[in-house]
Order: sequence, then C-alpha cells, then structure tokens
Amino acid sequence: MKNLLHMLLAEPFRLVLALLVIMSFVGLNAAYLVWVERKGAGRFQRRPGPTEVGYAGLIQPIVDAIKLLSKQLIVPDGVDATLFRAAPLVVMVPSLIGLAVIPYSDKLVGRDINVGLLLIFALGSINVMAIMLGGWSSRNKYAIISAARVVSQNVAYEIPTLLVVITMIMVTGSMDLNEIVRQQAGGFWRWNLFRWDVNPLAPVTFLILYVCMLAETNRSPFDMAEAESELVAGAYTEYSGMGFGVFFMAEYANILLGCSVATVLFLGGWQSPVGIWSGLFWFLAKMYFLIFSVIWIRWTFPRTQFYGLLNLSWKILIPVSLFTLILSSAMLKIF
Amino acid sequence: MKNAFKEIVVGFNSLVTGMRITLGQFFKPAVTVQYPYETLPIPPRFRGHIELVRDPETGKPKCFACKLCERACPSDCILVDGAKLDGAKKKSVTVYKLDFTKCSLCGSCVEACRDGAIRFSRDYNLAGLSKEEFIMDLFAKLQAEAQAAGVTPEAPAPAEPVKTGPAAPAPTQTPPPAAAAPKSEPPQREPVKADAP
Amino acid sequence: MTTAEAIPAGTGRETFVLNLGPQHPATHGVLRVKMTMDGEYVARAEPVCGYIHRMQEKMGENRTYAQFLPNTSRIDYLSAMTYTHAFVGAIERAAKLTVPPRAEYIRVITSELNRISSHLVWWGAFLLDLGGFTPLLYAFDDREKILDLLEGITGSRLTYSYYRIGGLYNDVDDTFVKGTRQFVAQMRPRLKMYRELVTENIILRKRLIGIGPIRAELCRKYGATGPVIRGSGVGYDVRKIEPYSVYPEMDFIAPAFPEGDSMARYLVRMEEMAQSLRIIEQGLDKLPAGPVMAEKVPRVLKLPAGDYCYAVEAARGRFAVRIVSDGKEIPYRVKLRSPSLSNLSLFEEASRGMLLPDALALMGSLDLVIPDIDR
Repeated sequence: MKNLLHMLLAEPFRLVLALLVIMSFVGLNAAYLVWVERKGAGRFQRRPGPTEVGYAGLIQPIVDAIKLLSKQLIVPDGVDATLFRAAPLVVMVPSLIGLAVIPYSDKLVGRDINVGLLLIFALGSINVMAIMLGGWSSRNKYAIISAARVVSQNVAYEIPTLLVVITMIMVTGSMDLNEIVRQQAGGFWRWNLFRWDVNPLAPVTFLILYVCMLAETNRSPFDMAEAESELVAGAYTEYSGMGFGVFFMAEYANILLGCSVATVLFLGGWQSPVGIWSGLFWFLAKMYFLIFSVIWIRWTFPRTQFYGLLNLSWKILIPVSLFTLILSSAMLKIF
Repeated sequence: MKNAFKEIVVGFNSLVTGMRITLGQFFKPAVTVQYPYETLPIPPRFRGHIELVRDPETGKPKCFACKLCERACPSDCILVDGAKLDGAKKKSVTVYKLDFTKCSLCGSCVEACRDGAIRFSRDYNLAGLSKEEFIMDLFAKLQAEAQAAGVTPEAPAPAEPVKTGPAAPAPTQTPPPAAAAPKSEPPQREPVKADAP
Repeated sequence: MTTAEAIPAGTGRETFVLNLGPQHPATHGVLRVKMTMDGEYVARAEPVCGYIHRMQEKMGENRTYAQFLPNTSRIDYLSAMTYTHAFVGAIERAAKLTVPPRAEYIRVITSELNRISSHLVWWGAFLLDLGGFTPLLYAFDDREKILDLLEGITGSRLTYSYYRIGGLYNDVDDTFVKGTRQFVAQMRPRLKMYRELVTENIILRKRLIGIGPIRAELCRKYGATGPVIRGSGVGYDVRKIEPYSVYPEMDFIAPAFPEGDSMARYLVRMEEMAQSLRIIEQGLDKLPAGPVMAEKVPRVLKLPAGDYCYAVEAARGRFAVRIVSDGKEIPYRVKLRSPSLSNLSLFEEASRGMLLPDALALMGSLDLVIPDIDR
C-alpha cells in the first residue's frame, strides 16, 4: 500500500493527478462561479437571484449544464467544419495549463517550474485565437465583427500586461511563482503591493494588471465581444448546447487564472497577512475576493466603446506601465 | 498634460463612487416579491374583468338587459339578452356573455351602466387552458355563486321568447368553473369585497 | 430607394448589410434598421417601420369619441396619460366644454407622474443598451411606486383610460395625495444617486459626450421635438410655447442644453424628471376642491363640423391630435401626429459615418417607442 502511494506521488503520476484535480477544480468553479455571479447580480439589483432550483438555487448550475448537454450540437451549413468544432476544444487549454503552475500552497503546485510566469503568458494568447477561430468560422456577420474586435482588444492589452509582469520579475528577481510567493512571507506589509521601497507605484501597477486582466478575459466593462445589444451573442452566436457551454466555462477559467496570477504577484499568494498559518485558505480567500470584485465591476459599469478601450490601452496604460518599469529599475539600481 | 491627469483622477473617482453605491445596494434587502409564495394586496379600484352585481334584497342580478354596456363597448365583446318575467315591470337578464379575448378593460361598460349592475372584479389569476374558458358567461357565474352562498334566486328560463313565464326554476345550471366551496356563513356573502361608493 | 448604392467594383472597398432586425435582444422594439456597413462604420442606416401598425387612425374613423378613448392610451403606452389628454382636450375644445379646475390639476399631476415613469423606462433601457445592467432595476423599483399610486386611483398600471371627455373617470383620494408626496420626497435622493452612479461615470461620459451631434437645423428639417430639439439648444416645449390645461400656473423650466450630442439629450431628460417633481408638488399644493366631471356632457357626443386640434408635450415630444368632424357621432378623421416618427426620421442623416456602437447610442438617446411610430 505504501508502495502504491509512493508510486502515485512519483513524478509522472503526480502531475497527472494534479491535472485531474485542477480540471475538476476549474469545472466546479466554472459552474459555481456562475451561481455566485447570478446571486451577486441579483443582490446588486435588490432581488434574490435564483432561488427555485435546490436550496437558494445551488443546483441551478448543474441543471443548466445538463440542459446544455441535452441540446443538439448544430453545425450550420457552410461553416468551416473543422475549425468550428475545434474552437471550443482549444479555448480551454491555456487556462488549464496556466493553473497547473500556480502555487496554491507551499506544497500544492502542479509543477513547480522555474519559468512558470513565462509559461502562463506564452500560452495565454491561445484562447484569443480560439475565439477568433470560432467567430470567423461561423460565417455570420455578427460573429466576424466580434472576432475582429476581440483580437485587437487582446493584442492591445497584452502589452501593458507584459510590461507589468516584467516589472514584477525585476522586483522579485525570479520567474518561479512559488519563489515569488515565498519572498512575500511575513505579513501583509511584505506583500509586493506594499513594497514601495523598490516599486513606489506598486498600487498603480496592480491596478494596471487588474484592468488588463478584465480586458483580456472580455469581461465588462470591456465585453465588446459579447455586446448583447449590438451583436446578439458575438463570436458565440452560432454555437449551441455544450459548444457554447465550453466557451462560457473558459471565460470563467480565464478569470480564475487572471485572479490567481494577480494574487500571486501582488497579494502574497498563500501567505497569511499576519505571518502565521499560511496556506491554501489564504490563497483561496484572496482569489475569491478578487473574483467578487470582478463581478462587482461587471454589474456596476456600462460598456466602454471599442475605440475608448483601445485608447485606454495605448494612450494611458502603456505609458504608465513603461514609466513604472523605468522607475522600478532605477530604484533597484540606486538602492 | 495637466488636464489629462485631472481627467484620470476625476474619472477614477467616479468609478469608485459608482462601486460604492452598488455595494451599498448589495447590503439592502430585496425589493421583489416572490410571486406564487407571496402576493401583494390588490387595491380596491383594481380593474379586473367585469362581473354582475346581485341585488341584496331580491337575490337576483340588478341587470335588466338595457344593453347600454353592449352599445358602449368599443370592442364588441358583450352580449346581453333579457326576458320579462311574469308580472315584472322590467326585464331580467338571461344571457350575459363577455368575450374576454377582446376586452381591453377600458371600463366604458361599467361607466355606461346607470344602475350599477356591473362592476370590476379583482380577479387576476386568469390562466386558462383553452380559448373557450375566456368567453365568460357572467350570468352563469353569478348563478353559481348564488347557489354556493345558499341563495337560489328565481332563475328565468334562458333563451325562450317569453309569452308564458317559466313554471319552475330552471333545473340545470352550468357547473361552477371553480369549485366554490359552500361556506357555512351568513347568506348574501359577496364573493369579492366591494368598496362602498 | 430601397437598396444601398453599389460601390463600383474594383475600388477595393466593400460594404455589407447588417440587419438590426425587428427582433432584438435589446430594447428597441420592433424596428428594423438596415445598416450598410463599411467595416465598423455605418455608411447608411435605413429604418424600416410598420411591423406593429395597428391601424389606430382607421379605428378612429369607426368608433365614437368615447369608444376611441382607450385606444389613445395604447398608442404610446409609456406616456399614456398625456396622449389621452390630447384627445380629450381636442374634443373639449371642439364641444366647448369647461373642465372643472380640480380635474385639470389632477390631469397635470398624473401626466407628470407618467412623464417621470416614461423617462425612468428610457433611462433604464438606454443604459441596458450601453451595457450597464443594474440601473434598469433601480429605475423599475422607482417606477413601481408610481404605478402603484396610479393603480390606486385608476385601476390600471400601464394603459390608464383615466381621463374622460369633460373631466376624469373618478376622483383621487387621500391615499393618493399622501402617497404622491411621499414619492416626491423619496425620489429626489434617488435622482441624486442616479447622477452619481451613472451621469458622472467616466465610462458613460466617454460614451455619450460628443457622440451623435444633431444641430438645431437638422431637427427643424425633420420636425423633431421634445428632448431631441431641446438637447440642441432650442427651448421648444409645448407646455411653454402653446400652454394648455393649468401649466401656465405652474412654475417650472423646460431644460435645454446647447451641445446637441447624446449627453445633452440625456441631461435634458434627467432634468425634466426633476422639474416634473416640482410641478407635482405645486399641483398637490394648489389642488382645489370641487367636482371632477363637467356638467352636461352629452351621452351621445356629436361635435360640430370642422377641424379641431390639440397638442401636448408628451415624454417624447409634441403629440398632436387633429379631429375632422362632419357633425356625426363618429369622427370623419382622427390624425395622430407622432413625435417618435419625426425623431426617427433624422436618424438616417445623423448616423452617416458613425461607428456602430455610437449609432446605437444615438438611437437610444432619441427615445423611440415603436408603436408610436407605427400607430
């Protein structure tokens, strides 16, 4: 028995086990984040949200998933069949891989590689490509417009993200996510958000990363891609049943990934704010707090215009993030 | 340059204010009413479909088929017919059908009636399974309520040209559409509380 | 005039036709807009209306004056009271009936309540179009209170049929007066909240300021009235220019903003809500006692032969009723001048060369109710 356990915890099996756990974590989260969002939206709007299905609507996501599974997967006439079917498959991949390198606690890491941050951002653009494939192969004007918007939006927001990440890599000196978290041990004043000795504009940097994360995941107020009132459902117009369900889940998986990266880089990952009893609980608490704020923002603000979004990125976020990069490197060099 | 900074700061403040307002609303109670489990009280002047009013003394409907409501209706949805009973001065209503599929609840009929023989009901649970349920036979409804309340008025024979009055009350009634449970309460119980004017 | 101009072949630019179809996930109503798009720019936007033509004017020729009254509420169901006011006003002017002052005051109070509820729907739906989902629910919460007040006196919540030829259907009671005062008291802080949450929001300001400029000459060319022309700087409000009912005794301003963009039209409507609250307060303060129905209104009303007209300021603009009578109890012609049709007609010229989201923001700021366009 002990041999079996050792064998399971040996490298290849451990990774597979970790990936299985992560996939089920993502699946469960995607389902129950929908519940949180609907209940949250209801409460912001002074109404209860789903209450009928199960106690307080808790079974609602499961029932919705069963409904989506039971629908026919319609492939419209004249679409590019391979691309149309491949798009939902590809869209989940980058978030699952990204989540495998995030440290949930000191020991709970899928694969603690020393270029974790690079891996996340290298693969991060694949989901944009998948949405574009889905939109373009649908042979539907609304989908094509939406796909074009998604691509330009994501390209514009990749740049400030990477500039911020480079700043943080300089500040912490490592690309290994677990190492970054370990450096922030000792209490909340040691978190990167509050380390103003090396990066005096740390809160601004955090804000830039947060805004870019909202834009990368096509969340309101940057959800042009799914602007319902203009474009029906955007890039996902022609998808039915679980095809649409997968895109939907992928959006929540991306939010999970984005919030996890923000937590690890700025809020100290699994470190506790008082220095003791660090662990998984703190990571999850911080991540879910950020996710709640993402939901809060969605239900408060209207959508920006398309060119307002791009203006924000190219004219404001990139100069500011360049400035913080230069400032941090100057501070590091001098002090 | 300075303007750009000012704009960014003011804009950011507006975003924070907006979020503060929504967070405040988050912690306030819900304003909705969960309908099938909770209902709201219906105001006394609510405009539901019309119903015949029964005269408390005689127990018969006040309507004497003058057809003013039929003429006033813009949608042609009322059908009234009456017959003179033996020895009565005025006619009594024998048929009163309201085609609710055409009714627009304008109230012209209630306004046109000079004797207060019809009034608005406060019935809003009107889901049905067929169109025929909405061709409401208001006279039959009134008879059914009268029976349920234990007061059976003299029922004239329907649709018979009256040269001789009916000998006995009509033996058949259309079955009550909703099971009106007979209550052991004083008779003349009005099914819907009518407010006085 | 039904197809877009063809781009000559070989120029390397193509346009495609995007149909903002009669069915929308948005809140525009059954209006079809055929947009010829050049990439993201609107080359030509052609509105196609008529999907909800209900032949109201034809029905006017087949019904007596009292029988047509419920129809007037259904032309523009969001500001139903004002439309009924125009109709009964025309008949009263023709038959020279004197409406008792209490009825006039109650008419003004209920019309202004209706104006607030219509602007609340516009506000919520406009923000829904722009992507902010929450303010709709807040607006409808306030609107519920108005609808409950009006349900207490009329019995209906949307299509009131409350005014009658010569007065009102029935009198208001104390609950209404107390309830309306309470409503006015709690609406002012709500308007302040709307201003902080939405009007001052930087995202909304970027979305509306400078977007969809409409000059006053364009409004005059197409006959656009209401907040559309007041948002271009012209202070044309029927309540001020051709006063009717007891508006001359009320102290209020008709707000006008000179910029002419969507933000100006937005601000006009928000300010109009505040001014309506003032009018309601004054109306309640000055409410005289007395009857609510004129004496001697004939049961069978026959207007003398001729042409009669009456205009009101509805929530969307100037609504006018013109009755042509030939002495019978059924009018010869009932003409309903719809404000939304004139407002819509300038959309085609105003939206040329705009980006798609901006064109939609412009259409939302015009506040169209499609059943009013098609009647």
